[in-house]
Amino acid sequence: MPRQEKKLDFATQWQYAPAPESTEHVRIDPQYDLYVGGKFVSPRAGKYFETINPAREEVLARVALADGADVDRAVRAARAAYAGRWSKLKPAERGKYIYRIARLLQERAREFAIIESLDGGKPIRESRDVDVPLAAAHFFYYAGWADKLDYEFPGRRPRALGVAGQIIPWNFPLLMAAWKIAPALACGNTVVLKPAETTPLTALKLAELIRDADLPPGVVNIVTGAGDTGAALVAHPGVDKIAFTGSTEVGRLIKRSLAGTAKRYTLELGGKAANVIFEDAAIDQAVEGIVNGIFFNQGHVCCAGSRLFVQEGVAAEVIAKLKERMETLIVGDPLDKNTDIGAINSAAQLEKIESYLRIGQAEGAEIYQSDAALPERGYWCRPTLFTGVAQSDRVVQEEIFGPVLAIQTFRTPEEGMDKANNTPYGLSGGVWTDKGAKIFAMTRRIRAGVVWANTFNKFDPSAPFGGYKESGMGREGGLHGLGAYCALEDR
Amino acid sequence: MKGRMGESQRAASRVPVAKTYKLYVGGKFPRSESGRYYPLQRADGRLIANVCRASRKDFRDAVVAARAALAGWSGASAYLRGQILYRIGEMLEGRRDQFISELVLQGSTPARARAEVTSSIDRLVHYAGWADKYQQVFSTVNPVASSHFVFSVLEPMGVVAMLAPESSGLLGLVSNVAPAIAGANTCVVLASRSQPLSAVSFAEVLHASDLPGGVVNVLTGFRDELDEQFASHMDVNAIVYCEGEAASIRRIEEQAAGNVKRAFSRVGRNWSDASAQGPYLIADTQEIKTIWHPVGS
Repeated sequence: MPRQEKKLDFATQWQYAPAPESTEHVRIDPQYDLYVGGKFVSPRAGKYFETINPAREEVLARVALADGADVDRAVRAARAAYAGRWSKLKPAERGKYIYRIARLLQERAREFAIIESLDGGKPIRESRDVDVPLAAAHFFYYAGWADKLDYEFPGRRPRALGVAGQIIPWNFPLLMAAWKIAPALACGNTVVLKPAETTPLTALKLAELIRDADLPPGVVNIVTGAGDTGAALVAHPGVDKIAFTGSTEVGRLIKRSLAGTAKRYTLELGGKAANVIFEDAAIDQAVEGIVNGIFFNQGHVCCAGSRLFVQEGVAAEVIAKLKERMETLIVGDPLDKNTDIGAINSAAQLEKIESYLRIGQAEGAEIYQSDAALPERGYWCRPTLFTGVAQSDRVVQEEIFGPVLAIQTFRTPEEGMDKANNTPYGLSGGVWTDKGAKIFAMTRRIRAGVVWANTFNKFDPSAPFGGYKESGMGREGGLHGLGAYCALEDR
Repeated sequence: MKGRMGESQRAASRVPVAKTYKLYVGGKFPRSESGRYYPLQRADGRLIANVCRASRKDFRDAVVAARAALAGWSGASAYLRGQILYRIGEMLEGRRDQFISELVLQGSTPARARAEVTSSIDRLVHYAGWADKYQQVFSTVNPVASSHFVFSVLEPMGVVAMLAPESSGLLGLVSNVAPAIAGANTCVVLASRSQPLSAVSFAEVLHASDLPGGVVNVLTGFRDELDEQFASHMDVNAIVYCEGEAASIRRIEEQAAGNVKRAFSRVGRNWSDASAQGPYLIADTQEIKTIWHPVGS
C-alpha cells in the first residue's frame, strides 16, 4: 500500500520544541519497603527487585519482593485493623479519612503524574489529565458513600466483608489502586493491595500519602511483588474478598483457585472492544475517537477499541483519514507534553506486541504503521493498523494490549452488530452515528458492560465499569461498585 | 415392583390413564435422546412413573433451545413478561389439586403439599410484579463530569443453567426459575431427582401460559452425571445451584471458570420463607451496562 502523503512532517518540515515536564521536585527513593501496619517494613527474606523506566531502560528504584510470610503479615495487620478501630469507627468519620486521601492526592497531583509516567511509560498528558485527577475524584466520590450505604441497598442492611485482597495491573497503576481502595474503605473493609511488578512506585507513594493522612495503621497495606505474591494473597485464608484486574487468563486461574471457598471475588479482565462507525457518523470526530480508542495509553487498555468496524460506504474515507491522523501522532518521551504515544510498559510486553505484528502478517493481513520517529533507547511501538483481516484471525480475536488496530467493514447494522459481538470478551464497545435513536438501539445490542456513543475511553467515578462474558464479573465505580465490598443482610 | 398406581386401580371401576413424564425442551416434550429412564417409586417400592434420565446431549440440546429463545424473550416488553408470569400463576392455581396429589405421591404430607403449592403460586405473582420494576430499583443515572448523559441499566446475563433444590420439588424450582425469567433470561433447569413429577407438570403449566418455547427447559435426571456439564458448557452464561456436597460444589465452581461463568450458590435456603424471594434474586443474573450518550447540538 502506498504510504500516506504526510501533511505534518515533524522530522523535516517542522519540529516541535521539546517540552519535557521537570522532574526536579519529584523524590524517588533508591529503595522501597513494604507498607504494612502503617509502617514501611523490609521483606522477611530481604529480597528486592528493580523497577525501570521503560522509556530509558534505566533503574528507578529497588522495590521489596514480598513472599508468603510478608503477605501473611500484611493480611494479619489488615485483620487487626478491621477488628480494632476501623470497624468501630462511625461511617462519617471513615469517610473523612477517605476525603483526606483525595485532597492530599490533589495537592501532590503533579508529582504523582510524573512518577506515573516515569515508571509506566505513559504520556504525561494522560497521567496529568486522566490518571491522577480521576484517582483523586474516585476517592472523593466514595468518601461520600461511607455514611450513606443504607440508601444503596433497598430492603437490605449492608455490612463490611472484612479484609479485601486487591491485585492491580500495570496500565493504570494509581487509578486502579484508587478504584480498588476507595470503595473497599468506604464500605468499611481494610485492604491488602498488590501493585504490578513493573509499576509499583505510585502505589508506594500513595502509601506515604495514606500515612500522612493518618489512617489507622493496617487499614491499607501495600505489598509489592509479581505473580507469586499475588497468588499468596489470593490463597490466604484470612482474606474475605479478592478484587483482581488483569488478564482473562489469570482471572480464570484465580476463579478456579477460589472454587469451594467462601471468599467473594470480582474480576475485571481482558477485552477486544468493537468500535463501530456508521455511515451517518461525523467522520472527523469518529477518526479522533478511533485514535483515542486504540492509541490512548499505548493501547495498554483493557477496554481499548481494538477492533474497528466501518460501514462500507465510508470505509475508504475513514481509513484514509485515520492513516493521515496517525502520521501526526508523536511517539516518544513520556514526560514531553507533546507526546501522544509513550513507551511500551516493559520489554516483555513489547515482545508480545511484536509477536502479534508477525502473526497478523503471517495470517495474511495487511499492516500499516505510521512513520513516527522513535527514540533510540526504550521500548516503543509505532501506531499500527491491520486491514484485510478475517473474523477468525488471532489479531482480531485475541487481546494484544498495544497500539494495534484490526479493521473490518460491514454493510448492514445487523452484520455490524453480529461481528461486534463475535468475541468471547464483553468489556466495552463504541458506536458512532449522528442519529440519537440509533445510538439507543445499537448501544443496547452490543454485549458489553460499557458502551460509548460518539466518544471512547471515558471514565468517571460515578459511572460503573466492568465486563460481560469473559471480560470479568462485578462492577467498579458508581453505586454498583459498592456491591462488590458489602454483604447484604435481611432487614 | 408392583403395578403403576395399583391402589387407585383397585378403588376405581375404570382404569385411570397414567401420564408419561417427559422432558421439556424448546417448547416440546421429548423423551431423553438416550432412551434412559429411572423408576420413581413409593416408599413401599411400587412404581409411580418411569422418569426420563436426561443425558449430556439432552442438556446441550436444551442450551441450544434456550439460546435461540433469548433474543425474543429479552426483546419482549417487561409488561408482557410480567403478564406471562402472572398467567403461569393463574394456570398453577387452576391445577392445585393435581400438584398437591403429585407432591403427596412423592412423599409430602397433604398439609405441606397444600402450603407448597400455595407458596409457589404466590411466588409467581410476586415475580410477575417485579418484571417491570426491578429495573427502576437497580438502574442509575450517573452524574459524570463531562458532557454526557450516562446511565447504567440491567440486561439479562443470557442462558442460565440451574440445579434445582432436591428437597423442594415445586416451590424450589419455581423460586429459581421465576426470578431468572422475570429478568429476561432463558434457562435450563435440572429438576429434583426425587420429586421430578412436579417439575414436569410445571412445564405443562408453562406450556399453557404463552411462555415462548425454549425460555424454560426442564430436564429430569441425575445431578451427579450432569452438573459438570451444566458448569462447563461454553454457551451458558450463569449457573445457579441449590444443593450439593462441598466437593461437588467445588467442582462446579472450578468448571465455571472456563468461560468466566457467573456461579450462584443458593445452598441451604429455606424456600418456604418469604426471604427466599425478592429483586436481589433477579439482580443475581443481571449484567450492568453503562451507556455514555453524547450531549450537544
